[in-house]
Amino acid sequence: MGRRRFGCLDFEGSCFSFVPMIWLRRIALLTIFFLSLPSFSFAAQVQETVLDNGLKVLLLEDHKSPAVTFQVWYRVGGRNEKDGKSGLAHFLEHMLFKGTPTTGPEEYSRIIAKNGGRSNAFTSTDMTVYFATMSRDKIHIQLELEADRMANALLGDTYFEPEKKVIQEERRLRTDDNPGSALYELAASVAYSIHPYRRPVVGWMEDIQALSRQDLVDFYKLYYAPNNAVIVMVGDFNSQEMLAKINAAFGKIPRGAEPPKLNVVEPPQRGEKRVSLKKEAELPILLLFHHAPNLHHQDSFALDLLSMVLAGGKSARLHQELVYRKQLVRGIDADYSAVSMDATGFALSAQLLPGVDVSKVEAEIERQIDKVKTELVSERELQKAKNQIEAAFIFAQDSIFGQAMKIGYYEMVGGWRLVDSYLDNLRKVSRDDLRRVAQKYLQTDNRTVGILIPTKAKAQ
Amino acid sequence: MTRKSIIFFLAALLLPAAPAWSAMAAKRSVLANGMVLLTSEQRALPTVAIELMIDAGARHESAARAGLAHLTSKLLTEGTAKRSALQVSETLDFIGASLDAGCGDDLATISMTILKKDLSLGLELLAEILTAASFPVAEIDRQKQSVLASIKAKQEDPGTLAGEAFAAALFPGSAYGRPVEGTEATVKPLDRKSLQEFFQRYYRPNRTIMSVVGDVSEAEISAALSQVFKNWHKGEASQAAASPTRTDGARTLRINKDLTQANIILGHGGVARGDADYYAIQVMNYILGGGGFSSRAMDSIRNERGLAYSVYSYFGAEKTHGTFQFVMQTKNDSAGEAIGLAREEIRRMREELVSEAELSDAKNYLTGSFPLRFDTNRKVAGFLGQVEYFELGLDYPNQYGELIGKVTRADVQRVARQHLTPEKLLTVIVGSQQKIKVP
Repeated sequence: MGRRRFGCLDFEGSCFSFVPMIWLRRIALLTIFFLSLPSFSFAAQVQETVLDNGLKVLLLEDHKSPAVTFQVWYRVGGRNEKDGKSGLAHFLEHMLFKGTPTTGPEEYSRIIAKNGGRSNAFTSTDMTVYFATMSRDKIHIQLELEADRMANALLGDTYFEPEKKVIQEERRLRTDDNPGSALYELAASVAYSIHPYRRPVVGWMEDIQALSRQDLVDFYKLYYAPNNAVIVMVGDFNSQEMLAKINAAFGKIPRGAEPPKLNVVEPPQRGEKRVSLKKEAELPILLLFHHAPNLHHQDSFALDLLSMVLAGGKSARLHQELVYRKQLVRGIDADYSAVSMDATGFALSAQLLPGVDVSKVEAEIERQIDKVKTELVSERELQKAKNQIEAAFIFAQDSIFGQAMKIGYYEMVGGWRLVDSYLDNLRKVSRDDLRRVAQKYLQTDNRTVGILIPTKAKAQ
Repeated sequence: MTRKSIIFFLAALLLPAAPAWSAMAAKRSVLANGMVLLTSEQRALPTVAIELMIDAGARHESAARAGLAHLTSKLLTEGTAKRSALQVSETLDFIGASLDAGCGDDLATISMTILKKDLSLGLELLAEILTAASFPVAEIDRQKQSVLASIKAKQEDPGTLAGEAFAAALFPGSAYGRPVEGTEATVKPLDRKSLQEFFQRYYRPNRTIMSVVGDVSEAEISAALSQVFKNWHKGEASQAAASPTRTDGARTLRINKDLTQANIILGHGGVARGDADYYAIQVMNYILGGGGFSSRAMDSIRNERGLAYSVYSYFGAEKTHGTFQFVMQTKNDSAGEAIGLAREEIRRMREELVSEAELSDAKNYLTGSFPLRFDTNRKVAGFLGQVEYFELGLDYPNQYGELIGKVTRADVQRVARQHLTPEKLLTVIVGSQQKIKVP
């Protein structure tokens, strides 16, 4: 599920969900709104156009407020990197703010801000996205700037070393000093044996250190081209007028060479893997990661619902058993992210209450997993899970940014029209399907267990 | 308006001017039970966002019972006279609605997001919670366990630790200096009786601001509320909070953690939200460190030297008090350099006039991005509550442009001199202390 995939993106608050799937250029001071799935009939409303140079443009008018969000999605992320070069896509994203022949370093952000806009960018395993939200009469400014840096980014030499340090600080802040993120990073590096999802998007510290400016230049040339990008725009505009503006700004950028396609398939796991991490922390964390298919597989809909039955709200099974009745954990979550380029994971994670033994929690989770494998969930539980996802769909339309994110995600991993069939597919899922996918994917042989063991600095 | 009708129509203002704001069509009324109701009818989606702000924050508890207000708020959704804790969550989950209760120093808050079709059920639940929360002993024990665990978990979050140490040093002996969760020692002895008393005394309609935004008209919601809230009666009136005593003064507080970064706060007291200089301070702080990539702090500490990923400053303004904080994280051995740079930027704000370009960029951002603060129903609901709570007036959005627009370079320097005080900067550093060298 989209919403759960990103957990809590309110980086200011203390948040339990910790899977750092995306890396923002700057810690957002606002909660980025996510993103459960979308509207009922995007297909009817989204206007798709492909420019002559291969740039796809997806426009959705929404006149609720006089604002527009404009996003450029590049089909490149951590998965396109090579071993030893982890963090390259994310580094490049940072460097796209260092100017072009006509825009000075860091000018992009200033120009957007002084025109009343908010901008940022992020990199994930599958994509790199640049976005801003502005009033409708100013959005053309961003449009010009994005077109400029699609073709003309300088990736300036003098800014390379300071920015490398910034990224290393980002890694320290969000992974090295964050027990949950650090555990997830370690578990992913073990769960995947060959697939690039085993590398962290921010990059290993040593890899970041070793990256050169030439690496960035080569990567930029390879992946930043109109035919490898998609524009997503939602808000208060007229599609026809906007399309003309987009064409004027981006149409002149020449088509690039076809970027290499990645086709790495993770082989089936044959036996449980276990890792532990010792770190300054207070409470142990237990993570159970299972390989699972992405949205191209029919099982993904049942897995979405299974994640809700297990941990979607306080009345869900794992919460009821482990948080409420047995009081073993502080919180427990099920993360399943079907909207993913390649096969993905179904992860259960829990932060333990003080003094509770990890093995006890693991045994209890296993019992709950066994239960969904052997007994059918009740009709009401299934209906509840469906209701939750459908309601989240509707709530998500409150924000133009959230809608654009949805369209972009689906477009990256398989086409934005999949959004429309999602709810239909979901409604078809039966109780038997839930039991079947639990049996198929939540097996110990398909599992990586990660355990965070807290250690403490001596008081000084 | 009859006496029987609970709704006493006081004022319904339809606001022209700024387009986003006029589309908000905010209305204000006061119910007979004293609750302030703010509404904005938005028909685009079949959803409703509800936000309650209740004068039931931690400032009403004694230091010896720190955590009482917070624990009370946590219990609201854990059982009512009609429903067990599980029945409450099951009811909400089944309709895909969310209902969260929380608590700060001044206010308790309850937020609900619900589909229009389920609104009457949602309001029923809300009313049950506010009039008939039952505080079952077993649920109190569970929530205490959970609070004790989050007090422990906070130790893992260096930013929170630094923030709490900062507040404790600045406002000692006041609720504003204590964590709202309380401490292990104060939470453990809290009993059912004290929770019920707190609830009875402070959770009252005449201490409550309720914002309702979405697919419902003011008339519909008023009628529904008069029905479901008929047993929620006025209590003791709100009393203005006293300004907390502040202990400014240069000190450095260090907390040792085995971390790769030093988490740093430099700061001191600030201003209350109603301070005449509030808007000039916002402009000044935007230039200093509030303006993201447009700020001097970001330029100097991140872009030029690569010392931090996140660096910013802000003036937090509450009803009776405020703080100034300059916040950053940098690897342990850069802490001294980063602190020096932060102090230099603060000094420069005081000693030099900002440029014309900096001033106009700041003002253009603040006014231009203002409508983005309420571009979703959820945000509109929160915004309306703030406007009421801080007594900004429903025409605040129309005034905002002028409040910011009239700030001059001289004003910026004046408020920098008055409200940035280098000799009083309190420094908090959480990190690996043996690696941290601060001159």
